[in-house]
Amino acid sequence: MTTAVDTARTHRRRTFRNRLHQFDLKGVPYLFVAPFFLLFAVFGLFPMGYTVYASLHEWSTRKPDQTFVGLDNYKFLLFEYERFPWSIVNTLGMFVLATIPQLIVALLVANALNKRLRAQLTWRMLVLAPIVTSVVAVGVVFARIWGQEYGMINGFLGLFGVDNINWQAERWSSWTAIASMVDWRWMGYNALIFLAAMQTIPKQLYEAAAIDGANSRQQFWNITVPQLKPVIIFTTFISTVGGMMLFVEPMMFSSGSFDGGSNGQFQTTSMVLIDLLRTYGNYGMSAAAGWLLFIVIVLLAGLNFLVVNRIQGNK
Amino acid sequence: MSTVLKPPAPAAAPTAPPSRKRPKRRGESGAHVLEPTALTRIGLIAVVVLSIFPLYWMIVIASRTTSAASKFPPVLIPGGNLGQNIERALTDPQANLLLGLQNSFIITGTVTLAVVLISTLAGFAFAKLRFKGSKLLMFGVMATMMVPLQHLGLVPLYLMMVKLDWLDTYQAAILPFLVNGFGIFLMRQYTLQSVPDEIIEAARIDGATTFKIWWRIVLPALRPGMVVLGLLTFMLNWNEFLWPFLVLSSETPTIQLAIRQISVGLYSTDLSMVFTGTLISIIPITILFLIFGRQIVSGIMEGSTKQ
Repeated sequence: MTTAVDTARTHRRRTFRNRLHQFDLKGVPYLFVAPFFLLFAVFGLFPMGYTVYASLHEWSTRKPDQTFVGLDNYKFLLFEYERFPWSIVNTLGMFVLATIPQLIVALLVANALNKRLRAQLTWRMLVLAPIVTSVVAVGVVFARIWGQEYGMINGFLGLFGVDNINWQAERWSSWTAIASMVDWRWMGYNALIFLAAMQTIPKQLYEAAAIDGANSRQQFWNITVPQLKPVIIFTTFISTVGGMMLFVEPMMFSSGSFDGGSNGQFQTTSMVLIDLLRTYGNYGMSAAAGWLLFIVIVLLAGLNFLVVNRIQGNK
Repeated sequence: MSTVLKPPAPAAAPTAPPSRKRPKRRGESGAHVLEPTALTRIGLIAVVVLSIFPLYWMIVIASRTTSAASKFPPVLIPGGNLGQNIERALTDPQANLLLGLQNSFIITGTVTLAVVLISTLAGFAFAKLRFKGSKLLMFGVMATMMVPLQHLGLVPLYLMMVKLDWLDTYQAAILPFLVNGFGIFLMRQYTLQSVPDEIIEAARIDGATTFKIWWRIVLPALRPGMVVLGLLTFMLNWNEFLWPFLVLSSETPTIQLAIRQISVGLYSTDLSMVFTGTLISIIPITILFLIFGRQIVSGIMEGSTKQ
């Protein structure tokens, strides 16, 4: 009798243990990934969805009632508020001006770093050094370098008899100055990413090409660049996302304000978004600007994927 | 000769840091392209000069007086005012630099610790644990890396902080940045590389729970990876501007907000002050960079080839 009870008890204890063990195998993994997804739900997914709601309503500090207005906010931004479409032009312009030279230089630098150099780590760190500065710091220093009266660039151009240029005044000039800040800070980072990819290219390819009499320039264009295709696509994508959200550099270039120069000549879309939010307190409009910016990013990411694919495919 | 230069396969030993570099053997190669030409060296030196110059010039101006910033040809030799300028910048009640530094350390430090913790937990789960929907969830993590969350959800996130009455609080500046898909991605890769399945199986047979396996086996093996992730996260968040700018005010600034404040406000004409403040703001990252340069370089390189 007693033995029967004991067996039952052991059995029960065993099933309890078993269940614990089962939970440990099947349930605990979810606990491990839960913190990320909880935080993502609260601070990522919910705000993103709520942006849709806000963008469809007239909602500002002055009119807090949240009246449904359909797509009016979008229409206003696209067709009536001239600064918005211009901000997309500006952002795209600065993006192209910054990204294309940056990626080309980064490729060349990576190629140089991939050669047999002494003190490899030191070279890599020197190229990467600008990353230690914050974007705000870059803005402070470069605003001086590109200054109209005492800036170094104008001083240098003055040696060739060029009059002082007001770099903030025009689209092309302000874009150039801002692109230089982006390039300076990120070129080394991208070069290291290209370098990492270059080191995975099988050396036999180069040896075979060398036997066939290809010189190093031909090897670079015919082996290195095509082999780097996936990384170039990836880097371009990251640069697109980063470039389309450009904010701090142009803000620091216009002395900390969001208007991007007297005529908004270097006002980016992110600056319009923040301007609508902070200066005008217009939540609905700002949310709509956020969505439009997101759509532009998605379109561009698709486009540059197609373009890079096409260029590389022809090689 | 033809195969020796290939990069090594990912190390399987639990203690092997994934960043370990393979020394290049001199004189061994069929590929003469790897020898740098004079042009390569000159080009590389030019790039390095351009990379370093703005940083160096920042130090020069921070060690002189304001008028030095307006000279052409530019002043290139540091002056003797650095200590005095730093003291003036740090003690100026209006500049708020000390408070900015303190806030930045608290916010960035908390974000870094939390991101590393969350990422090692989830990275281990995605790398080694079998559970339903894990592939789909990992895809979700990757998707969050692609979407500029902080911008798209900016307005509601800001309204949320207003509603919660969290403006000017640490949690407002910290919490949104704990969502870091890249960290999970990176730690998953490190776990795959440095924790062999056999060790986990053996521990399970010995009756270790999942949590114990994570604590006793995975965490020690991931230490190099955690350092890399911690460094990258710290650097990224130390430099964050937009979100703190929205939720914090000039009375509770991060160091970045304080720098913007002095460069556009009261001190916009006092350049030695502005440059000294800017210099102070990059010192913590510079120190990390000098100490952990190897890890930062390899972290960036590793993170990219694993896509």
